[in-house]
Amino acid sequence: MLEIQNLHVKLEDEPREILKGLSLTVKPGEVHAIMGPNGSGKSTLSYVLSGRAGYEVTDGSVSFKGENLLEMDPNMRAAKGVFLAFQYPIEIPGVATMQFLKVALNAQRKARGEKELSIPDFMRFVKERAAKLNISQEMLKRPVNVGFSGGEKKRAEILQMAVLEPSLCILDETDSGLDIDALKVVADGVNALRSPDRAMIVITHYQRLLDYIVPDFVHVLSAGKIVKSGGKELAHELEANGYAEFVEKVA
Amino acid sequence: MADQDTIELVKTIEVDKYKYGFETDIESDYAPKGLNEDIVRFISDKKGEPQWMLDWRLEAYRSWLHMENPTWAKVSFPKIDYQDLYYYAAPKSMAAPKSLDEIDPKLLETYAKLGIPLKEQEILAGVRKQGEKSMLDDDGNEVITGRVAIDAVFDSVSVVTTFKDELKKADVIFCSISEALREHPDLVKQYLGSVVPQGDNFYAGLNSAVFSDGSFVYVPPGVRCPMELSTYFRMNAKNTGQFERTLIIADKGAYVSYLEGCTAPTREESQLHAAVVELIAHEDAEIKYSTVQNWYPGDAEGKGGVYNFVTKRGDCRGARSKISWTQVETGSAITWKYPSVILRGDSSRGEFYSIAISNGKQQVDSGTKMIHLGKNSSSRIVSKGIAAGRSDNTYRGLVSAHRKATYARNFTQCDSLLIGDQCGAHTVPYIESKTSTAQFEHEATTSKISDDQMFYCMSRGLSQEEAVALIVNGFVRDVLQQLPMEFMAETQKLIGISLEGSVG
Repeated sequence: MLEIQNLHVKLEDEPREILKGLSLTVKPGEVHAIMGPNGSGKSTLSYVLSGRAGYEVTDGSVSFKGENLLEMDPNMRAAKGVFLAFQYPIEIPGVATMQFLKVALNAQRKARGEKELSIPDFMRFVKERAAKLNISQEMLKRPVNVGFSGGEKKRAEILQMAVLEPSLCILDETDSGLDIDALKVVADGVNALRSPDRAMIVITHYQRLLDYIVPDFVHVLSAGKIVKSGGKELAHELEANGYAEFVEKVA
Repeated sequence: MADQDTIELVKTIEVDKYKYGFETDIESDYAPKGLNEDIVRFISDKKGEPQWMLDWRLEAYRSWLHMENPTWAKVSFPKIDYQDLYYYAAPKSMAAPKSLDEIDPKLLETYAKLGIPLKEQEILAGVRKQGEKSMLDDDGNEVITGRVAIDAVFDSVSVVTTFKDELKKADVIFCSISEALREHPDLVKQYLGSVVPQGDNFYAGLNSAVFSDGSFVYVPPGVRCPMELSTYFRMNAKNTGQFERTLIIADKGAYVSYLEGCTAPTREESQLHAAVVELIAHEDAEIKYSTVQNWYPGDAEGKGGVYNFVTKRGDCRGARSKISWTQVETGSAITWKYPSVILRGDSSRGEFYSIAISNGKQQVDSGTKMIHLGKNSSSRIVSKGIAAGRSDNTYRGLVSAHRKATYARNFTQCDSLLIGDQCGAHTVPYIESKTSTAQFEHEATTSKISDDQMFYCMSRGLSQEEAVALIVNGFVRDVLQQLPMEFMAETQKLIGISLEGSVG
């Protein structure tokens, strides 16, 4: 599904490289966790995959379902099935969450040449998905992320994911700022979306999230490269020993 | 190089962006070019007006001759040659007033193309079918839209007014002002010029002399108008000024909601539009007046476009009366417009909700005046200015309290949103209070659409233009909600269209 090869990335207006030859293969149905210390390039990876401006790919390739992902605008990537759950979701004043979901879903359906959902069908669909994430009708009427608590923002991100039904979900530090109860709700929401034809990349600093979203593979990202890969037990190892070993290796 | 690409891109977008720019090929009856007393007589004669109306027009014309073009607004344009314009143009087929069945099919076609069905059965059968659940409002609730009666004005004449019979049953008068002069001369005589006198300002003076058509509404005491009233203005003829005059009276305890829409063909020459609107609300009456102004804005380089120089004023004449202006200004090369309320009655209420969008080289100088004369009168101003391209967007507003207007209250909120870095937004509030008990508040903000917001929307599947439209629609939400439900969805689309080509 996703094939990243020797990816080198720098900021457009800075010479310093952030990703220095990252390679990763993700197949349908797999959940990959990417762990690493601050500044290792985790968020950069999520932004480059989703197409944020300001980054320059200097070498390497990313193919998604056999197509060159890097050539596509962010909205095309979304229509093809890439979804990024933001670490810090953005506020859009005056736009109700329900409205936002409708516009986004219809934009994607249009891009794929599908028909728009009728309003009653759409409402039913969203309400059903929202209920699973403890998202009330009242919250759907509030403007996107405006005045949301940390937990509400993350739940809203997962709701967007549940409604847009992407084939590749990238979760960027979805656990940050969540207490344990909120974390469970979010993890349940994510787990409910696991399926044989959907892949996930879970980016996290801490192992805690991976107790709830159990990955198939764990990768350690340090200084712009994957320095170690393994099964879910690798996360526990990291929790016990910290990242020091990897940081030093690179230095 | 990159700049050239951008310019080219904007140009191509500009061309199909204004989708109302087509011209109707129809034979018109013109007054001779230029302006003099004979032209005033010609127009009055065409309309078969009573002598007093002609005298009133001539008085206006004579005082206009001594008036100066106002220059205080932040707009610039070449001097207008008032002798180089036509002051009256009417489709020939409209020589005699006819019923709907006899209207020139070309005219019906024009309005159909504009999305304005004029045949009542079509309205009933079409998108505005009563009781049909067709929309999702901002809160994600389903909305049922109702019916709308329409007065269609084509150049200098009213083509047709729909739902007349049904309105008649409710004793509501809704017709063109020409017809009102014939059928209800006493009402017109009593109210015309009572809010905006002939000598009020340069453009109002000109309008008073040569106004051709417009709408007239009278809602009798205690009557709540059973449907939305709407006038659709279409400027078609070349080199012709449009000078419409609208007069709305809500008698004691009456209520009416009225909406006007405007479009014009794409032309290289600028066109002058100088309208006057007068509203009168008696004791306990309420008038809601909404405008969706989409005159041709000119091309990306500022060539052509409508000069929209309009005087709109409401008079809250009776105690507890209420007048509310809502405007969505997306078109016109230049907008000079300050819908105002004179809060004469005690405890009267004035409101002004505005969305003003400027793109390309458009210039907007718009705002309101809230003139508090009555005790405990209150007013509220919410202005949302959106500037894109190389446009200039100014809010200019006056809030004043007379010494007798004790405990007058005003709240003003002016928000500006900038798209790109070549446009300007300006806020010019004037506040004058002659009573120490008045309470006036003013808040203003300026913001830009952030890259984060754009990326967030696009990562969810929205194109760049859809993202701008969504963010801007969110920004103007407070004002959009003031529009009659029937027009909200269309207006949201219009906002998106008018900002096309503003990013990238």
